[in-house]
Amino acid sequence: MAGTAVRRRLSWSTAEVVELIDENPRVRSIVLTCPGWEGHSPGQHVDIRLTAEDGYQAQRSYSLAEPADGERVVITVELVRDGEVSTFLVEELRVGDVIELRGPIGRYFVWEPSHGGPLQLIGGGSGVVPLMAILRHRVREGDQTPVRYLSSARTNDDLLYRVELDDLSNTDPGITVVLTLTRSHPPEWDGPTRRIDREMLEEYAWPADENPLCFVCGPTGFVETVSSTLVDMGYDPGRVKTERFGPTGDTR
Amino acid sequence: MSDDRHLDGNSLGGLLYDLFGHDMTADVGRCANCGATNPLGATRVYLDAPGYVIRCPACQGVLMVVVETPRTRRVSFELLRWVDIGIE
Repeated sequence: MAGTAVRRRLSWSTAEVVELIDENPRVRSIVLTCPGWEGHSPGQHVDIRLTAEDGYQAQRSYSLAEPADGERVVITVELVRDGEVSTFLVEELRVGDVIELRGPIGRYFVWEPSHGGPLQLIGGGSGVVPLMAILRHRVREGDQTPVRYLSSARTNDDLLYRVELDDLSNTDPGITVVLTLTRSHPPEWDGPTRRIDREMLEEYAWPADENPLCFVCGPTGFVETVSSTLVDMGYDPGRVKTERFGPTGDTR
Repeated sequence: MSDDRHLDGNSLGGLLYDLFGHDMTADVGRCANCGATNPLGATRVYLDAPGYVIRCPACQGVLMVVVETPRTRRVSFELLRWVDIGIE
């Protein structure tokens, strides 16, 4: 497209629900088929638009959970209390339904193997969704970039993609996974049990002198705390990429 | 100003694309107040004002405001001195 000045529209298209995966009682992955989908980079998001019978529309952004794979588009949605879009997507959507989406959107919070590493992925709550897309892409591409994945959830039930993460960390020596539970944990839990703090980052994240490329995603307060701590530890601010979703949270 | 109310410029990627016909999230802009340069995806976005208020992540100065009305979307450029729009 170099040299052209065509103003392109980011147009809405329809996508059909082909599979619903309950990740836990409050989080559901939605597998869509989107005809004409031209692919995306991990870390990008889509806008989803719902239209009621009376014409009322509501729109939210959701991170793509899987790397590009033809017309297959996957988002993972967390139920937000009183969230008008997430409630519909998590509790009412059925296989065969058609919804409107547009995207992919975002060129900042994205990773491709050519960007290198070592990669530090840090997620809070459902902020792990775009990080998982990055991790899955790295694995699917057969890339060897070393990755440290650190995520925080309130309880064991809130951890997303647990089985897949365990499997990856057991089979790929380039991937280290550390999960922390902040509210309660099962008796057999042997990981950390507090919020991500400087001590935890110093123990589990890449040292600053490795010049890691870092992606932090989660609620606003989480991202603020983690990213400023990383910079205090000597991380290059230009290599700490952040993505926040609000405390009322129906935006991803 | 440290608070939990803001999102970041990534969340306006769709709106900015609508306005400018281009994904602006990786495009770097300069704050006329403090001189910081940041990708628009890394700016702070406040949604609780009427419209979208985009602030500098370094000094919190207002870079840009977008207000939607039924017939137009008014884009006010405040402290956004320049933005380098990438050529795709």
